[in-house]
Parts: sequence; structure tokens; C-alpha cells
Amino acid sequence: MDLRGLIGRWPVIRQLRGEDGRGSAARSARTDALRPRTAEADTVARSVCPYCAVGCGQLVYAKDGRVTQIEGDPDSPISRGRLCPKGAASKQLVTHPGRQTTVLYRRPYGTEWESLDLATAMDMIADRVMATRRETWQETVDGKVVRRTLGLASLGGATLDNEENYLMKKLYTALGAIQVENQARI
Amino acid sequence: MAECHPVGFQWVMEAKARGAKVFHIDPRFTRTSAMADAHLPIRAGSDIVLLGALINHVLKGAHDFREYVLAYTNASAIISEDFRDTEDLDGLFSGFQADNASYDPASWSYEGEDVPREREEQARGGRVHAGSASADQYGSGGPSAHPTPHTDPTLTDRRCVYQLLAYHFARYTPKLVEELCGIPRADFQRLANAIVANSGRERTTAWVYSVGWTQHTVGAQYIRAASILQLLLGNIGRPGGGILALRGHASIQGSTDIPTLFNILPGYMPMPHAELHETLEDYLGYAAGDTGFWGNKRSYLVSLLKAWWGDSATADNDFRFGYMPRITGDHGTYATVFGQIDGTVKGYFVIGENPAVGSAGGRAQRLGLANLDWLVVRDLVPIETATFWKDGPEIETGELRTADIGTEVFFLPAASHVEKEGTFTQTQRLLQWREKAVEPPGDCRSDLWFYYHLGKLLRERAGDTEMDAPLRDLTWDYPEEGEHADPSAEAVLREINGTGPDGRALSSYLDLAPDGSTRCGCWIYCGVFADEVNQAARRKPGREQSLVAPEWGWAWPLNRRILYNRASADPQGRPWSERKSYIVWDPDRREWTGPDVPDFEKDKPPDYVPPPGATAQAAIAGDAPFIMQTDGKGWLFAPAGLADGPLPTHYEPDESPVPNTLYGTRASPARKTYRRPDNPANPVAGTRFPYVLTTYRLTEHHTAGGMSRSLAHLAELQPEMFCEVSPQLAAELGLDNGGWATIITSRAAIEARVLVSARVRPLRVAGRTVHQIGVPYHWGWAGGGLVTGDAANDLLGIVLDPNVYIQESKAATCDVLPGRRPRGAALRALIEEYRRE
Amino acid sequence: MSERVGFFTDTSVCIGCKACEVACKEWNDVPDDGFVFRATSYDNTGGLGASTWRHVAFIEDFTERGDRWLMSSDVCKHCTHAACLDVCPTGALFRTEFDTIVVQADICNGCGYCVPACPYGVIDRREDDGRAWKCTLCYDRLRDGLEPACAKACPTDSIQFGPLEELRERAAERLATLHEAGVAEARLYGERPDDGVGGDGAFFLLLDEPEVYGLPPDPVVTTRDLPSMWLWAGAAAVSMAAACFGAFARGPRR
Repeated sequence: MDLRGLIGRWPVIRQLRGEDGRGSAARSARTDALRPRTAEADTVARSVCPYCAVGCGQLVYAKDGRVTQIEGDPDSPISRGRLCPKGAASKQLVTHPGRQTTVLYRRPYGTEWESLDLATAMDMIADRVMATRRETWQETVDGKVVRRTLGLASLGGATLDNEENYLMKKLYTALGAIQVENQARI
Repeated sequence: MAECHPVGFQWVMEAKARGAKVFHIDPRFTRTSAMADAHLPIRAGSDIVLLGALINHVLKGAHDFREYVLAYTNASAIISEDFRDTEDLDGLFSGFQADNASYDPASWSYEGEDVPREREEQARGGRVHAGSASADQYGSGGPSAHPTPHTDPTLTDRRCVYQLLAYHFARYTPKLVEELCGIPRADFQRLANAIVANSGRERTTAWVYSVGWTQHTVGAQYIRAASILQLLLGNIGRPGGGILALRGHASIQGSTDIPTLFNILPGYMPMPHAELHETLEDYLGYAAGDTGFWGNKRSYLVSLLKAWWGDSATADNDFRFGYMPRITGDHGTYATVFGQIDGTVKGYFVIGENPAVGSAGGRAQRLGLANLDWLVVRDLVPIETATFWKDGPEIETGELRTADIGTEVFFLPAASHVEKEGTFTQTQRLLQWREKAVEPPGDCRSDLWFYYHLGKLLRERAGDTEMDAPLRDLTWDYPEEGEHADPSAEAVLREINGTGPDGRALSSYLDLAPDGSTRCGCWIYCGVFADEVNQAARRKPGREQSLVAPEWGWAWPLNRRILYNRASADPQGRPWSERKSYIVWDPDRREWTGPDVPDFEKDKPPDYVPPPGATAQAAIAGDAPFIMQTDGKGWLFAPAGLADGPLPTHYEPDESPVPNTLYGTRASPARKTYRRPDNPANPVAGTRFPYVLTTYRLTEHHTAGGMSRSLAHLAELQPEMFCEVSPQLAAELGLDNGGWATIITSRAAIEARVLVSARVRPLRVAGRTVHQIGVPYHWGWAGGGLVTGDAANDLLGIVLDPNVYIQESKAATCDVLPGRRPRGAALRALIEEYRRE
Repeated sequence: MSERVGFFTDTSVCIGCKACEVACKEWNDVPDDGFVFRATSYDNTGGLGASTWRHVAFIEDFTERGDRWLMSSDVCKHCTHAACLDVCPTGALFRTEFDTIVVQADICNGCGYCVPACPYGVIDRREDDGRAWKCTLCYDRLRDGLEPACAKACPTDSIQFGPLEELRERAAERLATLHEAGVAEARLYGERPDDGVGGDGAFFLLLDEPEVYGLPPDPVVTTRDLPSMWLWAGAAAVSMAAACFGAFARGPRR
């Protein structure tokens, strides 16, 4: 912007020009171009808040594969578009820089985290599950068939999807692992 | 509710604007109290006194909704002559076995024909129940009681339920409420008058609760007490009524329905028990009743076995019933922790939980983690449960050294709720499908991906041994999608829904067959994929629907939004009042109709009388709304199904600063304890721990903080661990607002900033002043948090409700000192000093 | 010019959840305001500032006449006579087509004149970049017909957004309802066009004196006498122009 434009923006000058120092004359080009970023979204997913169990509807706006905004879904008869502070912070929940996005590994007696390839980690976990299960297998207890292991346990599920809990229970049961619990017990 | 479910609270505000009165009963004056017509501060752990006094008020004044009570509850049923009440036995019911601190419930049963068989079953069921937390199974209607007990419709027989109730609660008076709860008589009277005036044909009253009622050694009995009150007032199954559990996690309802819980299978069927359920026939004989909708249990179970083991499950091999592992008692999360400490539990998966901070007995949790062979943690950030080995409190005190901890730890980053698709089941049993917005970053994966691919790897490793047969034969063939080969969540949901002989999705659990021709992963969810459509994904805007909004998501069972809604009509099927009309019988079309799906067989007329010997739903009369119960009645008195008595009784919490002035039996005799050195209890007598400690959540944070402490926009709103104390206690102890306090139990000493507030009020209880200290439990020492602090759960011991094995987090005792806690070894020394005295 | 819009914040139904604070920050990319435990009831953000554009005050009022925990979500008032705008030498502050007052971050040079000019102490400079920041009434959202983020999130509709005239009518009705219900202490704040700032675009229903909530009882536009000064200013302008140029040319401080 040239000098004339800059000076012309000064409220006093505008006042002298009869513009009362306010209004459209003061707008920058950026201001003129402003639009809500939700309007720029490539996709809008209909989702549900991950915090408490009220189940408020959320609209998740994404552009270029990144979440740009999460806000309430006005269509929801439960929440009518509203969110509490936690629900309103959902964009930060999924985009904040503190999120861990790689596998961390701590070897026995290790003093620091190490990095590990995801596929390697999966293989190592599978090996340990099979070994522990084999070592701790109980065919009978007090003469009764139990076909189980007490060497394995699991905790979690209350913020997981039904489909996830279903696969967990199904797989653990097939493994004979019975100490499967979640937040509902707490 | 305004604190922890603010958006749900908008409906309370709507009701208030239309004239509803809101009473808030809570030890603290919270954001809910601020909006209520009245706040009744109560001593934590004394609610059964209050609820019992309300029941007594209703009975003494004959305020009960008599037509409803007579027709729909078991008020008139005659109970065994062997039954003895707590009034007779100084706080014990008949059947208590001191040697194993459990009840034989045989004497609580209905009097009726073929009683001996019933009693034998109940006694056995009760013993097993006490050992394996089968209350979810029972609570859903599982316990078997005689479908046609002897009755006295005049309600005058001294052994009828109505008279037993009156006798049991006769000493629960406004005076006792004042004495034990600390609630003045005038306040009690206001509440009692309001609920009576607001119940009956024209009006209904709702009770809303959360973990403030469940996290007690008598938690299930709190809910029972509310159920009795609501049944007496006719407030169940009717619009505006009910007992509403506000659950705290996005799909905690779902994780109970499709349980990652040790004692149940999907749809509230019990896990097989080694002693009782050797064969499929044994299981079907003992698990749940034969009458009511549990009578179809064979169809539910066989369909589940077919869903899991597919073609290998046949009638000849009991549909692979033998593939299921057997429980033998308590395998709950706290038993697991002690198993870790004792070395029996070697591998541990922690999936979106943070027990090192979020579960009671934090030190025991961490000692357990430190004694594992391996640990897998899946979360968004490296929570304390994943990092305890390098920065836990026991490292600080010198009790543990990083180099001595042998636990191998895998931290696997998880996908967030917008990076995967699937359903949550919210607090009203409503399933809502979430669309996927973006791909998860880096190595982040959904838990569906994790378990599916782990399952594949395990099946690759399975040998041809008998032990591996359940793994080999498991159906595990979901379509894979996208660059990470995610299993199709819709395919899993469809398996949960179930399919018929033609392979098509089923529409109703009534279509499930006992012969293996149908498959269904969770019978109560059958219908969520009706007509091959993902019903949970329905999104017809609320404003375009009735208030019931039946076309938004899908509620189990069969999209019914109010359970037991047959009770919204009178026995003849007419509305109790026009104002409260909901589901009614249409005599012309000969069907039940209304804005909701009737929770009743649609064409069963109100005058239907079951033929002798009928089973399943055919045994439920046309005027019996409680279709999951063996007798179709709402149980004022529970003849079976509870580990700690057929009626709610006031017992003091495990730790309490006042005596039980009602009975010689101080605390619940059947409560589940683990008396071990790593789980000490504060002494009840003495003055070492004089204050009541209660824990809770704040609006600004979520549980142990994994999803809130790492977010700047939430962390700044409540940036530090604090405790709330009254001005009186602050003055007494020299605590400064904004300063520090150290809170001590026999388990731990933690520090917190001090918030002095008149919202915390000292109570006058049993002739003395009782101070309550409130501590939110959102903080931990690290966990990727922008804000950190000591963990409130470290203060709590592990002592459980015997029905559901939930810990008593809401009431304990403690001491408080001004200033910060000692560091290092001096911290353990302080706690040891308290334990010695 | 569109219809004038604003906020009616009805504190009688505020549950103090702070959804407004968070929704505002999420939408407008406002950073945190520090992690400070203030021991002031449940308020830990302290007040409106450069990095807190909605602020919930908590007032514990436990006396013999009753127990009250008052909560109120404060925000820029978007004054009819906005002193911040009057004193802004760069034109960074401007009045929008919705009659709201917005700072343009790309123009603000951080001179700070607006800060003492605000009779409510709302607008503030951010320490790291020096520029002045405050509520924009989600100007970008308004331009697409969306309501501001705070109003949309508010669980109990304590924050209502709409045409100012309509809000004033609604507020009058709500006040009458409360008075009928015996809530004699209920009052409106900032809704009168004849007050010291010509009425606020964001006004409130309070349950006590404004001072109790930290609001000035009788705010007056600090530039009230400015029009009579314009002539003098005009003469001064020419001589000042050159001096001011340096300041403009530097642009926003980083």
C-alpha cells in the first residue's frame, strides 16, 4: 500500500473526508477476502464426541487430509449443535503437537525409550502373547475344565468403538484369556 | 450433571424453564447446584439413609401409586417364611455365612409351588454370584424367581413385599437423615413433598445419577433404593420418569453391552463358570430364567457361538461351547493387579485407559506394572501407565529403580475418533455411527486394526494342538480397506447384528434360532443392521422428528427409546393420563402404538393370560411390563440376584469417621476386601484419619487426563491439582487459599493446591462436625500433560461392591496437613508413621 | 450494511462450563493464556485479554440470604461508540457491515492506543507479537451466515447471538419472566442505547451489581469529547503525518 493509502486510512483523515473514521474504508484486502475455513473444507464427516456418554453430534471439517475444525452438529436431537469445553476442544485433541505418532519401545531394564517399526512391534507382541499363553495355560482347575490362561490381562474399552470391543472379546475368548476388563468396572 | 455432562444438562434447563423443580444432592455445591432449586449437601456414603427415608415417607403416608404398584411390581408377593430382615438380625439378612462373608439367598425367595428347586438354584447361583460378579447378568433380568408366587393383593400379609418394605425402612426417618446424612429435616421434607407431589397419573419424577452412586461398597444397592422409590411412585417406563445413569465415557455403555468385562458375554449373558457350566445344557439350565425374554437364551448363546466359530460350531459339538474359557471366581481388574504383584499375570494390554493414575490404589497399580514381563499401551499420548518405569512416584521415593524394572513396554499410538469409523453407544443405549474424517497420522492405528491384525498374527502362529483349536476355528475374515488394510467396521457391525440362514442381516432378536441356523454377535444389538442398512448411521435432523427422534441413530433393543414403556399405560392399555400418554393399546388395530417402539410384543393384548407351563415371552402376561424379569414384575424386593441382600440397607463406607447408629453391623458385611500389605485400610476407630475424602471430575478435564491435560485449551482452565476445603477447616488447619496441602491416607500422601470455598460445608453428623475434602482426580506426574500434579487415586484403597466389583472411590477417610509433601524417602516415612499409629 | 448483530449473554442460565472460552480459541486459533492456578473459585484465565476473548467469571456468594454461585461469560461489548476504534491510528480497528468492531491483524502495528481507551478493559496486546487482539464476533463466520463459535457451543443458550433489536426484545422478556418469578436482582447491562457508550452490541442479564462481575457500573466512551476536537486534530494531522509514516511503514511488530 502506498503512502497515500496509508495516510488515507488514518481515522482523522477519513473523518475530515466525512467518513467518521469508521466503516468499509478501513478494510484490508485480507479482511475483504475473509471467509470461514469451514467453507473451504474438502469433506465434512458426521461424528460423535469422544469424551462423555451424552453422545453429542460433531461435524469434522477436513482439508487436504487434515482436520481444520470440529464443531457441534445442529441436526443432533441430543445436543442440537452444542458442545461442552471438552467437546469444543476436540480439534486440539486430534491435532495437538504432543500426540505420539510412532511406536515407542522400552526393553527390559532399559532406561530410555527406543524406536521400533510398527510391523516388528506387532510380531514381537504376537510372539509374547503366544509364549505367555503357552507357559501359563490351565487345562483344569480343581478337576474342572477351564481351558484358559491367567497370564494375560487387558484393561480398556470404554472409549473404544463397539466393533473394537467386539473383536477384543472375541479374540481374547478364543485365546482363553479371561481377565478382560474396562472402565465400566471402575 | 452440569459439571460432567453439560450438554445433556441443557434438557434439565429446558425442563426447569417449563416449571420443573431441580434438587441436587451432592457433598459439594457444584455447577449443578448453582442451577438447582435446592442443593442438599450430604455426607458421602450415606445416600441409602436418604433414599430409605424417602421410601419410608411414601409408605407411611400411603403416597404410593397404588394401581401401578399392585399391577406392575412384586409388592403383593409373599416371601419365604425363613426370611429374616436386618431389623431382626442387627444389620444382617438371613443366610449370611460368616466364614466367607457371603450370603446364601435361599431364604429370600418367593413362596410358591416347586419352591425347593427354586431355592436350591438360587442358593447355588448366589454362591457363584458372590464369587464372580454376575450382577450384570442378574441385573439384566437373569436371576430366576418363581413366575407365579403366592400373593396378597390386599398388601396386608406381614410376609408380603409391601409389608416387608415398610418394616425394613421404618427407622429411616427424617431424624435419621439429619443424624447420618447431615441434611436438615426441613430440607428433607421439601424434597419428600416435591417428589410425591410430582408423581402419579399426571406427573413423573426422574432421578439422575453417576458414579457418585456406584463407587461405593453398597453402590448397586444405592441404585436398588432408587428403583424401589421410583416403582412405588410409578415412575418407571413412563415419559419423564426413570432412573437415568449418566455414564462418563463415549461408549462405556457399549463396552458393557459388548463387554470387555470378565464375567459376561455380549448381551449380558454370563461367562461360563467352571463349576456350574460344564456343558451347554448346564449353562442354559443355570444362566438366567426360563420365563420372560431370557427364556430364549439358547437362541442368543447358540447364535453367538455360531458367529464366533462358524461352520465348526455344530449341534454335535455343543456349538463349540467347550471352546470358551471358564471363570472360577473374581477375575476383575483389581484382582488382576494383585495377580501382577504376585507374579501370576505376566502380560498386560492397556487400551485407552490409564490405571497408573486413574484406578484406585495407584501404588499397587504401579507395583503390578513393574512386575510384568511385558506391557502393551495404546493411547494418543504416552500416558503415565506407559512411562511409570522412568518417572513414576516410586522412582522418586526410591522404592523402585528403573534399571531393576524388567517390564518390556510397547507404546503403540492410537487413531483418534475422527480417524476411524465405528459406533459408540451413548448413555441412553443409542448407537451412533461415526464417519471417518481423515487417515490417522504416522503409525497411529485404530484398535480395530490392532486387534484384527494381532488376531491374524496369532492365528498364523497357532499350531494343530487342541489348545489352539478355538483360535484356528475362529471366524476372522473381515474385508480389508485402504492403505493400512483396515478391517471393515461395517462388516464387524453386521456380524454383531447377525445373519439368518440365507446369509441376510437379521432385523430382530426374535428371529434368532436355537438350532444354529442363525449367527449373532450380540443379541441385544440385533436390528442395528436391519434390511442390510446401517441403522446407527441414520441422521434425520431432530427438528424434523418427534421429540423421541426415532430416526436418529439406533437404540437397543429394537430401537426402543424408553425401556419397559408398556408401563406408561394402565393394565388395560389406556394411558394413565392424557398428559403422560406414551404407548397405548389400540383395540381396533389390536396392537400397541405410540411415538416409540413398544417394549412389549406388539400384538399381545393387555388381557393375555399365560397358559400353564408357558416359557419365554409366552409366560409374560399382557399386563406385565417388565418383560426381562421371570415374573414380568418390577422388583421392590429382589428374591434373587444380589450378593448383599434383597433390600438396600445403610452401611457405613469401609472407611468412615462415624459409627453406624442403625445397626451393630457397621459396614456392608458382604463387601469385597483385599486385606494385604500393599492395600492397607485406614483404621476405623481413632483420630488419625478424621476427615471424609471424596473424589470427582471437573467439567474442564476428562478422567485421568490423557485426553485433556495434553490440550492447552483445557489444561489452562484447570491447570493444577487442587483440593476443596471449607473456610472452617482451612482455619482449623491453617490452610491458605492458593497455598498447599498434603492429604494423607494409609496408602499415600499427595500434595494439592488449596481452594478454600464456602461451597464445601461442614456437616453435623452423629453429634459431631464432619469435614469433607474434595479432590478431583485428573492429574498425574507426566503423561504428555501440559499440566501435572499428584494423583488422587493414590489415596484410595481397594475395597469393592460385592455385586459389581466397583471400588469405593467416593468415600474414604484421610488427614490433611498444611504445606507440600515430603520428597524422596521421607514421603514413605511419613506414610509409615501414619500406619504405625 | 447488514442488520446490527450482537450477543445477549443471559448469566442466569450460565453453568460456567467454559465451552465458550474453548470454542472461541479453537475457531480463532487463540493460544493458551498460561497455566496459572489462581485460587479464585473455578476461574483460572483471570479476565479478558489478548489471548482470552471469552472469559467466564465465577462469583461465590454464600451469605445468610442464600447460597449463590454466579457465573458469567464476558466478552468484548462491541460498543456503539467504540473508543478503541476512535483512537486507532492505523485503521486496524474498523466497524464491520454487521456493526461489530474488529481488529485487522495485518494492519495493527501494536501501538497500543486502543488498550487504555477501552472503558471495559477488553482489548489487549499479546506479549509475543505485540499486536492488539480481541473478540471479532467471529467476523469470518458472520460473512458466511454462521453464528459465532461461542454462541454455537453454549450448552444452555446462555450466549445468544442474533440481530441486536431482536436480542433486546428477548432480553426484556427474559427479565420480565425472572422478575415475575421473584428474582428481583436480575437486571440488564449494556442494552440501553442512551448509556455512556451508546449501548453495547454485546449485553448481559446479570443477577447482581455489575461490579460483582468485575464490570464497570457506568462505562463511558473515553473519546466522548473527540468530535469537538476534530478541527484541532485536522490541523495537527498535516504536521503529524510525516512522523506517523514511520510507524505505519514498520507494520505489525513480530
